[in-house]
Amino acid sequence: MRLFARKRGDAGPLDYAGRWSLRSWVAVVLVFQYLPLASLVLFSFNNSKRTIRWEGFTFDWYGRLASDDALIGAFANSLTIAAISTVFSVLLGTMAAIALWRFRFPGKGVFDGVITLPIVIPEICMGVAMLVFFGTVAPWPRDLVWPLDLGAITIAHITFSFPFVTVVVRARLASFNREMEEAARDLGASELRAMRDVLLPHLRPALIAGALLAFASSLDDFVITFFTAGPNTVTFPVKIYSMVRFSVTPEVNAASTVLMAITIALTLVGMKMQGTDIASTESP
Amino acid sequence: MTTARGISGGSRAAFWTVFAIPAVWMLAFFVVPLSIIWAYSFGRTLGLTEVVVTGTPDNYARVFDPVYLYIFAKSLVFAGATTAICLIIGFPYALVMTFASTRAKILLLLAIMLPFWTNLLVRTYALMAVMRTEGWVNEAFGVIGLGPFEMLHTNFAVVTGLVYVHLPFIVLPLFSTLDRLDRSLIEASLDLGAGHLRTIFQVVIPVVWPGILSAVLLCFIPALGSYLTPDLLGGPDSQMIASVIERQFKRANDWPFGAALSFMLMYLTLAAMAWRALAERRAAVRDLR
Repeated sequence: MRLFARKRGDAGPLDYAGRWSLRSWVAVVLVFQYLPLASLVLFSFNNSKRTIRWEGFTFDWYGRLASDDALIGAFANSLTIAAISTVFSVLLGTMAAIALWRFRFPGKGVFDGVITLPIVIPEICMGVAMLVFFGTVAPWPRDLVWPLDLGAITIAHITFSFPFVTVVVRARLASFNREMEEAARDLGASELRAMRDVLLPHLRPALIAGALLAFASSLDDFVITFFTAGPNTVTFPVKIYSMVRFSVTPEVNAASTVLMAITIALTLVGMKMQGTDIASTESP
Repeated sequence: MTTARGISGGSRAAFWTVFAIPAVWMLAFFVVPLSIIWAYSFGRTLGLTEVVVTGTPDNYARVFDPVYLYIFAKSLVFAGATTAICLIIGFPYALVMTFASTRAKILLLLAIMLPFWTNLLVRTYALMAVMRTEGWVNEAFGVIGLGPFEMLHTNFAVVTGLVYVHLPFIVLPLFSTLDRLDRSLIEASLDLGAGHLRTIFQVVIPVVWPGILSAVLLCFIPALGSYLTPDLLGGPDSQMIASVIERQFKRANDWPFGAALSFMLMYLTLAAMAWRALAERRAAVRDLR
């Protein structure tokens, strides 16, 4: 909180950030948000089965995770699904964004609405829709080799991830200078070539941000996966859920810490890359 | 460059290149599955997973059974309480963010974004560990001679968990609306002798009201459809709609009824969104005047 510290007396009338009452409010909010997470991380290193008293530092619980084949399998499933889902989401999301930004066509409003729906409808509704769809209407073949057996989950993940990419890319497209593309066309580039060589470089920061968003949302998803997953296609969050149901143990703490660390690292890398990328495109 | 079928903005080839695949994908893996659920909501079960669509409204009639009405009402109350508490907690935070220095603003934004990005399951589990009888909230109460309280598996735990999870949902839109506020309004109010609290309640809040409504809905909608939080933190009496839907599809095996319930939840969500769009349009019209 020292960041807001300023010399006393020069606080203006609008300096709400400098008032101690509001600052302590912010501090309380942050303690509320971070204390449970901090305690979760801390006790994943605790040398005791009980997660309440500190008995010394250990990596044992992480070692135990590494030797848990079911958990490692679930982890590999999650990373595979997230990777495939990210590639498809970026492709589909960018296409949809360009279609919506560039063209006027009959049914555009409907297309726009349908694309936004996966973002807003409750996860449970989409989860049960996927359960029924892959359960009865288009049953995903049961005993395929890995990773093909993850197909149903991956399709579900792409469906809820790519609209996020569309939102991010569309926002970036708004700042695109159409004259650049026209110049490319005048210089003889075909329409598709102009899209590839002029439009896509402009979109780069949004593509990176969208990819990270898609990866993180796939890795994080529990509810929709829970309805699509079969007994042999368990993902990391679904596995953690089945562990959580039994009790609070240091192993679950360790597994949760791993998942948390990955998401936070991805977010920070994404923000950093996006930040430098935007800086480099805007001040060449 | 308008073609006969009314596609404009570029060549038809380019349009179909970017449009066809996402459109077909959405149709096959989103519109079709949802339509099936919608059709099932007018059907009845035959055997284990067989459903015949008979066009019966029975499933929707069952939604109005007092047992389920009670669960709907409880879900609305939980989501409403969550939103109100989030608003009270989040508004001062967003206010500080708005008036902080650029560096502090980024840090405060990051501080609220990180939990938002953290896995929902992990956050819920973290709360479980803290709130259970042998968790250290009760330890702390023990030190001052109180408790232990039975906090986990109660309605209190569910609302706390929902607030914990949804706080970023309200802070981010609140910040973006407060950030656009014309500060000279606040200065004018202060210059004319109003106190800070009075300025906030009589100037700031009325001016940013549409933004507040929008933030409220962005918090209320996901809270209403929560599945994981009531499932892990709640007791037998704290089920929300999503838990009942899950039960119909997994254990009770009454797909048509589950489908009707999930469409009721969807209609509530869409109604809330339509209301928000309407409020925003009205605010835009008022701004023009």
